[in-house]
Amino acid sequence: MSAVPISYYLVLSAILFGLGVVAFVFKHNIITIYMAIELMLNAVNLAFVAFARAHNQLDGLVFVFFVIVVAAAESAVGLAIILTIAQNRQSLNVERVNQLKF
Amino acid sequence: MSLPFILFFVFAFFAVVGAILLIVAREPIHSALALIMVMVALAALYLLLGAEFVAAVQIIVYAGAIMVLFVFVIMLLNAGVEERTNWSKLAKYAGLPLGVFLLFELTHWIARSAVGKSIANGSEATNAAVSTRALSEMLFRKYLFPFEATSILILIAILGALVLAKRDE
Repeated sequence: MSAVPISYYLVLSAILFGLGVVAFVFKHNIITIYMAIELMLNAVNLAFVAFARAHNQLDGLVFVFFVIVVAAAESAVGLAIILTIAQNRQSLNVERVNQLKF
Repeated sequence: MSLPFILFFVFAFFAVVGAILLIVAREPIHSALALIMVMVALAALYLLLGAEFVAAVQIIVYAGAIMVLFVFVIMLLNAGVEERTNWSKLAKYAGLPLGVFLLFELTHWIARSAVGKSIANGSEATNAAVSTRALSEMLFRKYLFPFEATSILILIAILGALVLAKRDE
C-alpha cells in the first residue's frame, strides 16, 4: 500500500524539526517555546516510525511510545514550573526571566 | 500519481503549514491549535506508514492529553498577545541563519544518503491486527523493564508537578 519512499518522510521530519528549532529560538512566550519542543519531539517520532517501516522492525515504534511518555512527563513538570514562574514574575516572557533568584 | 502519494503530500502540507502557523501566531492559543493540527496530520502519516496503534496513541495522548494540558495552562494564566521585545539581537541575526542551515543540512544529507533511497514496500506488517499484536508482544516481553521504568517516571513527574504547583502557605 505504502509506495511513498522513506526519504520523503525523513525530509518532512527534518523540515518539521527545523521549524521547531526556529520556533524555539524566535518565540518569546515560554509556553510557545514548550510547544516548539513538542514539535521537535514529534518530528523525531516521525523519523522513528519511518525507519521502523524501512527496516520492517517494530523496535522503532516501541521507542515512539517511550518518547511520548517522556514528553507527557516533561510537559507535566514543565507546565508546573511555568505556573510557578508566571505567579512569581507576572509575565510569560522569557526575556524577563533572567535571574535564577527573584 | 497514486493514492498514497496524494495522501502523503496532503498531510505533509498540513503538517508544515501547522508548524509555520505555530511560529507566526501571536497568541499562544493559536499556536496550540496549530500544533494540534500538526499532530493530527502526523497521526494520518503514521496510518499511511502502517503504524495504526502509534497513530491512535498519537491522537489520544498527544492531541488529547498533552495539548489539553497546554490549553488549560494558557487559559489559567490568561496568556494574551506575545509582547514584542527587541532585547535579543542574537535570535534575529544568528537564530534564523542557523535554523535555515540546520534545515537544509538535514534535508540535504537525508536526500543523499543510501537509506533515503530505499523504498518502503508493502509487507505483512501493513496488516493492522498483526502489527499491533507484534507490537504488544515486543512491548511486554523485550521492553518490559523500560516499560515499567516509564511508569515510575510518570509517577515521579506527577509528584513533582504537584510539589511545584502547590501554593506556599
